[in-house]
Amino acid sequence: MGVESTRSRLVRRLRTRSGDWGGLLLGVTGSGCSGIQSALDPAGADAARIYWLTIILAIGGALIFVGVTALLLYAIFAAPARRAWLGGRRTIVYGGLAFPIATLSLLLPYGLTVMRDVDAPAEDALQIEIIGEQYWWRVRYPASREQPEIVTANELRLPVGQPITISVTATDVIHSLWIPNFGGKIDMIPGRVNRLSFTAERAGRYRGVCAEFCGDQHARMAFDVLVVDAAGFAAWRAAQAEGAREPPTPFLQRGRDLFRSGGCGSCHAVRGIEASGTFGPDLTHVGSRRTIGAGQLPNNIGTLAGWIANTQHIKPGVRMPSYGMLSGEDLRALAGYVESLK
Amino acid sequence: MSALEFPEPAERAPSDFPNPLPRPEGEFDALKNTWHPPRGISFITAVNNTYVGLWYVATAFLFFVLAGILALMMRAQLAVPENELIGHDLYNQLFTMHGTVMMFLFAVPAVEAASVYLLPNMQAARDLPFPRLSAYAFWAYFVGGLVFFSTIFFGLAPNGGWFMYPPLTGTTYSPADNADWWLLGIGFIEISAIAGAIEIIVGVMKTRAVGMSLDKLPVYSWAMLVFAAMIVVGFPAIILGTLLLEMERAFDWPFFIAARGGDPLLWQHLFWFFGHPEVYIIFLPATGMVSMIVPAMAQTPLVGYRLVVLALIATGFLSFGLWVHHMFTTGLPKMSLSFFSAASTAVAVPSGIQVFAWITTIAAGRMKLTTPSLFVIGFLFIFTLGGLTGVMVAVAPFDWQAHDTYFIVAHLHYVLVGGMVFPLFAAFYYWVPVASSRALSERLGRWVFGLMFLGVNITFLPMHVTGLIGMPRRVYTYPVGMGFDALNLVSTVGAFMIAAGVAIFLFDMVRNFRFAMENNAGNVWNASTLEWLPNGNYGTRSIPAVNSREPLWDQPNLSREVEAGRYYLPGTVTGGREALVTSPFDARPQYILQIPGPGWQPVLAAVFTAAFFLLLTVKLIFPSFICGVLAVGCVIWWLWETDPGPVRPPADIGGGFTVPVYVTGPMNHSWWAMIVLMVVCGMIFTCLIFSYLFLWLVNPGAWPPAHVTLPEAVWPFLAATLYAAGAFAIMRASRLLRGDARSAPRPVPILIGTALVLTCGASAVDFLTLWQTGLSPSVHAYGAAVYAILSLQVFFVMTTFIMGLYTIARWLASKLDPVRRTTFDNMMLFWYYTTGQGLAGLLVVHGFPRLTGGS
Repeated sequence: MGVESTRSRLVRRLRTRSGDWGGLLLGVTGSGCSGIQSALDPAGADAARIYWLTIILAIGGALIFVGVTALLLYAIFAAPARRAWLGGRRTIVYGGLAFPIATLSLLLPYGLTVMRDVDAPAEDALQIEIIGEQYWWRVRYPASREQPEIVTANELRLPVGQPITISVTATDVIHSLWIPNFGGKIDMIPGRVNRLSFTAERAGRYRGVCAEFCGDQHARMAFDVLVVDAAGFAAWRAAQAEGAREPPTPFLQRGRDLFRSGGCGSCHAVRGIEASGTFGPDLTHVGSRRTIGAGQLPNNIGTLAGWIANTQHIKPGVRMPSYGMLSGEDLRALAGYVESLK
Repeated sequence: MSALEFPEPAERAPSDFPNPLPRPEGEFDALKNTWHPPRGISFITAVNNTYVGLWYVATAFLFFVLAGILALMMRAQLAVPENELIGHDLYNQLFTMHGTVMMFLFAVPAVEAASVYLLPNMQAARDLPFPRLSAYAFWAYFVGGLVFFSTIFFGLAPNGGWFMYPPLTGTTYSPADNADWWLLGIGFIEISAIAGAIEIIVGVMKTRAVGMSLDKLPVYSWAMLVFAAMIVVGFPAIILGTLLLEMERAFDWPFFIAARGGDPLLWQHLFWFFGHPEVYIIFLPATGMVSMIVPAMAQTPLVGYRLVVLALIATGFLSFGLWVHHMFTTGLPKMSLSFFSAASTAVAVPSGIQVFAWITTIAAGRMKLTTPSLFVIGFLFIFTLGGLTGVMVAVAPFDWQAHDTYFIVAHLHYVLVGGMVFPLFAAFYYWVPVASSRALSERLGRWVFGLMFLGVNITFLPMHVTGLIGMPRRVYTYPVGMGFDALNLVSTVGAFMIAAGVAIFLFDMVRNFRFAMENNAGNVWNASTLEWLPNGNYGTRSIPAVNSREPLWDQPNLSREVEAGRYYLPGTVTGGREALVTSPFDARPQYILQIPGPGWQPVLAAVFTAAFFLLLTVKLIFPSFICGVLAVGCVIWWLWETDPGPVRPPADIGGGFTVPVYVTGPMNHSWWAMIVLMVVCGMIFTCLIFSYLFLWLVNPGAWPPAHVTLPEAVWPFLAATLYAAGAFAIMRASRLLRGDARSAPRPVPILIGTALVLTCGASAVDFLTLWQTGLSPSVHAYGAAVYAILSLQVFFVMTTFIMGLYTIARWLASKLDPVRRTTFDNMMLFWYYTTGQGLAGLLVVHGFPRLTGGS
């Protein structure tokens, strides 16, 4: 525990400094670099290592670039007598052969060291499984010790400071899991299981996206990552393991009945109301998620109703059809029920 | 007297020239008449490199503009977040087509096209050795490329990204024809590229100015030689990849379907084994151009010639060892990532050598800031930056973040726009005076450069940041409030600046380009190489002897003397088109190659080839088949006129050289071409065996799968014996074709016929052996791989069959005898290859599963 907190303090410090560096180095709008989906705003040791690698590579590259450009301009514009020393075969041997070999010989071991230290699985890591599907994320926390399995979608909740190992694969086409604030990406390939290990060391909300082109709605395949403290995580996990909440009002009960009669359960699972479809996301606790549509819209009754009625307009090509035939009242009841599944 | 021992030019007496003056009356006119292009509609049957080269360059540039327009549409869509200008469906087609067209229809054809035009001129050859092959390659590309591009207007364009990863591009997730357009469309454009590569290799090695030994070869020729060799080695991987994916789509053979033993990663290996070298395939010719332009602009020879040539060769070799750096995020073990990471950084070294060679040359001379110079400077600036970000992404952990983001979009455009487009524009401004009676405008050129240079940097520099702050590539839109907005808007503005620059360039071309043959603008830059000699359709009046790398600087009167006809072969000795073939190392005259002239055959063959593939794409099987037969027919008709035999005794070309007008065997140019073609075929087969073994590694416990029984060993032995017997019959026939007799012994066609029966029989036994075991190609990847090996072999046997019949027909027409036997030699080489491939295939298919302990 002590080690962990030291580490996270270290990362916090790194982060503050790196934020300055990033702004200084890249000279872009300040808001850009620090963000919920930015490799330049690391929130874990792995991402921080890669961040510093990025900074060193960028500074080194910039210096070499300035040097080469300066030499080129000197070769063009300096007086012939002054630039004569540059015009021999020696320049090529030193500049084009010796210098790159020396630089790369230094760079390569550093890069390999970073590679060794980043994405290294830890013994006690929290295991998570994510399956990429067109165009959403199936998330499973397998049972471990006394914790039961939980299944959710399009949202990842992580305990701060605990090592994480995510096993990924895909059932349809290749996707790629990328949460820039925590480290690199890992491809989700049908028939193969890949692993990504990292530790989230700063609580907060982040965003992951699909990085491998996966079809029509590749652009709209994202998810939230919520990093919470250990107690919050435990509470969330316990809540997720529960069955679905009974609708407390007649209006919401009507929504549940519509959910049943409308056949929603043939694609979606809601544990507790004999809806056990596995084709689409598990909705048992969909109301507890921040967003819907794989990170597309904030989660509330209005957006849920809009989504149900207009999926094909909001995210054309998505597997779920638009249910535009529902009356306004029915739609509100259904959306209300779904929203109540906290 | 030897070509290599000329005295110094200044002190040369008239008698030292290969041919005396005055030249005979009518000699020059006869030469001109021979090379005159056809008139009227038949003009399109011209095959001369000057015409085909220019059409080729113009077509490639057309595709550059078209693909650029697609890019502008994408930039317009991405200008603001959540834009509804272009829907996802069109957008996905746009980026797929932009990448595909830029890579396959612009970049590779453009550099190949430029060399069709430039190489013969630079080496003072009258033409390339196979002008009809160039014409065929051009027309297939022209027709096929335009039809392929037009699919975008019908919503049929491929939409799976230019690297077409399955399973997204398999039938399950891409049921429409869009993916087939890519696979078949690109498939035959690759064939066109390989035809060009064979032409270039033989052209560089065999048709040069006398005395232009390898150490005096222009750097551009070296670059094109490496380029062509890389195509020969690299393109087969993608040809095989597209074949496998198309077989999966058409016949449900599961090479890439994980549920049935396939693996999506197989495609990625095949694709990037081609795809990474592809970048250098595009880049090396451009560096070759820069290495010609810089010395001319600085008025001093290139410093470090040998280092630059070594760097070109090293780049070629290294580029085949780094394909995995496109796959750093696929979950490969860190051990192999380390290896490919090291190899990927290492390739920076040869590029560094070239960059410093140019800087050194500039420093050694006095750089004139002309438009070509500006583009070269712009190239050095942009490419250096792209190269440095290339080193960044070669470091695997950084790539885990950068991969598939806008950082990569920025990097690849810096490398390709900097490394290829800028040199190409430099080349346009530099070499237009060779092809036009007027140079392009220096004043407009500065505007073109300024807009393009600023535009490229404004477009792509911000993208480095856009990517690192989280924007993945290939997204048709992005959410508000992620910090992407301003950066994207800036990129869009930059893209339109590039477009403005290109528009001014087009205006400049329209205003100033005036096609010229004999009255071109001349050596406006006081450059040193042979393309600046006075020339016409026929190339140079006489083939010069050179004794340095800068002949026009070191042999001051060369132009006048060449034009007067004082050098080799100042006319035509056979009355037809000719090229002087020289030895590959020291470029001594070897023989006179009788070059075919204009003809409809290559045009028609190309049109039918394109039609075959395109009709196949839209599943019009029967018309497609008809076109395929017609294409083969046209090729046979075209070939019938080749292999002319010794139409006259050896001719005196001057300087004491009396050379034959026909040779056979390893000295012959078509023997060389055949060897290169066999390398291509061998690479395709090697890639197929790699695929077989790769699929085995994926299914180590199921090779063959449990339900499969292996045929008894006696059958493959029988097939192998028949293959060997067929090859033996061909060897006997070859023995009978020795000597100087001008009639072929009767057993020759009988032996060929016997060999045909034996080889076809071998293939049939091979097929039936597998068939009787009930092995299905669609149940498991094992069956698919086995049937793929068999199918490739059947295709080769069928080709051999046609060649065998053709050779017999040549005998029947009395066009085959021990002297005139090039047709036979080509068939023989191909036959030996087919036999070897058949034996290797049998060994793998029947031996390997026994080795791995299959049931």
